Amino acid sequence: MANFIVSVSPHLREKTDTASIMRDVLIALAPALIASFIIFGERVLLVVAVCVATCCLCEYLFEKITKKPCTVRDCSACVTGVLLAYNLPVGIPLWQAAFGSAVAIVVVKMLFGGIGQNFANPAITARIIMLLAFSGTMTTWTFPDTVSSATPLALLSGQAQGELPSLTNMLLGLHGGCIGETSAIALLLGGAYLLIRRVITWHTPVAFIGTVFVFTLLLGEQPVYQILSGGLLLGAFFMATDYATTPSTNSGRLIFGIGCGLITVLIRVWGSYPEGVSFSILLMNILTPHISKLTRTKPFGGVEA
Amino acid sequence: MLKKKLNGVHAPHRKNTAGDKPQRIPTPSLVTIPMSMHIGAPAKPVVSVGDEVKVGQMIAEANGFVSASIYASVSGKVKKIDDVLVAGGQYIPAVTIESDGAQTAFEELTPPTVTNTDEFVDAVRRSGLVGLGGAGFPTAVKLKVNDLSKIEAIIINGAECEPYITSDTRTMIDDADFVWEGVKLLQKYMEAKRVIIAIEDNKPQCIKNFREKCQGETGVEVKALPALYPQGGEKVLIYNTTGKIVPEGKLPIDVGVVVLNCTTLADIAKFIKTGMPLVEKCVTVDGSAVCQPKNVIVPVGTPLKDVFDFCGGFKKPPKKVLYGGPMMGIAVPDLDVPILKNTNAVLAFAEEDAVLPKSTACIRCGRCIAHCPLKLMPAEIESAYKAKDFELLGELKVNICMECGCCAFVCPARRPLVQVNKLAKAGLRDYQKQQKELAEKQKAREEAKKQKENTTNG
Repeated sequence: MANFIVSVSPHLREKTDTASIMRDVLIALAPALIASFIIFGERVLLVVAVCVATCCLCEYLFEKITKKPCTVRDCSACVTGVLLAYNLPVGIPLWQAAFGSAVAIVVVKMLFGGIGQNFANPAITARIIMLLAFSGTMTTWTFPDTVSSATPLALLSGQAQGELPSLTNMLLGLHGGCIGETSAIALLLGGAYLLIRRVITWHTPVAFIGTVFVFTLLLGEQPVYQILSGGLLLGAFFMATDYATTPSTNSGRLIFGIGCGLITVLIRVWGSYPEGVSFSILLMNILTPHISKLTRTKPFGGVEA
Repeated sequence: MLKKKLNGVHAPHRKNTAGDKPQRIPTPSLVTIPMSMHIGAPAKPVVSVGDEVKVGQMIAEANGFVSASIYASVSGKVKKIDDVLVAGGQYIPAVTIESDGAQTAFEELTPPTVTNTDEFVDAVRRSGLVGLGGAGFPTAVKLKVNDLSKIEAIIINGAECEPYITSDTRTMIDDADFVWEGVKLLQKYMEAKRVIIAIEDNKPQCIKNFREKCQGETGVEVKALPALYPQGGEKVLIYNTTGKIVPEGKLPIDVGVVVLNCTTLADIAKFIKTGMPLVEKCVTVDGSAVCQPKNVIVPVGTPLKDVFDFCGGFKKPPKKVLYGGPMMGIAVPDLDVPILKNTNAVLAFAEEDAVLPKSTACIRCGRCIAHCPLKLMPAEIESAYKAKDFELLGELKVNICMECGCCAFVCPARRPLVQVNKLAKAGLRDYQKQQKELAEKQKAREEAKKQKENTTNG
């Protein structure tokens, strides 16, 4: 008797798997790391290393303790670590970075069931928790020559005094801000890579950035500065496109992006925080199940019951 | 023109055997012919053990309207009639014929007289033809249209979108004249106002062949379609050629369309010319375990083993063997299973292409949704099925899924989405039946109550 494998079709699969998608995200994040290393110095690497190591270790230990299959190899914890690090100032104490990473993985991701099950973006939620817990260190922006440097957003909102950096410096990232968010060029490069590799679709970033542009233009702000400053590009390309916590239909992604854009501008212009990207994404994360339900696809030839 | 494009996947083509003219395999010593090689009621055997049969002689007759007759594919003696396990998992009676090697044709075979529509459809019925694209729906049933004016277009399906398979390609090259004759028959007897020969653009020679034939003709055209799996799926093909949408639960004829596979059509023409019913098939033999992939002409009922032996056997031990292509093909348990009427390919894969991928957690990337040609949401269906939420499954229209496999093909977490859809479809059917019964019972109870009240009042 032949011992053939009998299984349901299809018997052919595309090569892309979860790990290869996450690897693509890591590759897309690389230019920002290089830019940040050049701008802020080698401490960048230390912070990123601590975050990534803590995230991976927490996931490993959690799965070990709860006797679940180990998923560290899918690289998603690694992505969370990098994203969280990118959202921290370079001078962050390492223990705080590690604490944030543990919160991201254990509380936000694993306790909700692990990859694909969490409703909120782990890196963003952890960042918000850190912002509230360690408001001092989380808002101290240091620049290469250890001079405190206000972020363009603080300058735009009038919360800090000083001169706005030039547009060239904004593009290159030569201004105050979190590790991975300052270099617009590096982030755009990474975003383009994600689009080309079809890891993400254009819907969320275009809707997000477009909304911010139009809304700030209408409000008489400086739209180009608004887009290039803060975590907008990082958020639009890398965090508002997170699979598990955003809608999976294209129309849903458009709504998600527009919502993020609106909330971001509202907070930036009228809120007491200079930055609103994290809050906007978290808020929209919470709305995601409802957006998903509203934007269900219409089956081909389906007849209403 | 067309409003929206349907999605699909760029499956690898792997049409390795496209240039390979089919060869006839030596007559097998034994053929096993199951009584169900079509959708509908199994055929009823009309021979008994020990009977001498000749090629083309009827061995089983159609049992009901949706059924198809079956003819001997070899000459020889009926050895046994017993139940065999078929790919669907059921046991079906099968006629086993021991071949005498002579392949003597049945003397009574004569080309049918066809002068009108009824005779044409009757001839198709007697040919034993079923949809050779794979579905195996009895062809005569499809052509039995009460009002011919309803037919706006007949689509000849030459898409052949499954990887590896080239048997239709060969039909369109080697038997192009028969296909063309078939087109003429359809124009004459089915009063087809518009015949569309639909071919994927990875078969340029076939497109060229038929474009040349169409020159100066009216009412027949070639449509070159992009090679995007599942282009040949009936609903997809109808939409991409005519823009018509077949609604859920309806047949193509309800929107004025009939779809026929190109090889089915060629075989109709052949039968009307020669009177020889469907007894042999052109089959593509390929896959990573096969020594010499080729196209072969095989009597229906030939064990797969004989077919692979003719192709030089295996270069690596086969670990998975399929009827049909890798996207929708059915895995078989052993090499004793026979070639069926609707088998267009047999593929054998070595270990590395056969092992089941390990499935991991759904990451909600939405790729399954983005690629579903019928705009379903496989990820949502999976979670609804897990929750046994049949109301939701009904809303998500899992019932229209054609199991093309695009969702599972692209899934990075390797979820068994087609399997879940199959289970969900069956579950939904049962649930809806149950709900209907419950509603009927409720109604009966209420009526009984009403009657009782009436009698007490009266």
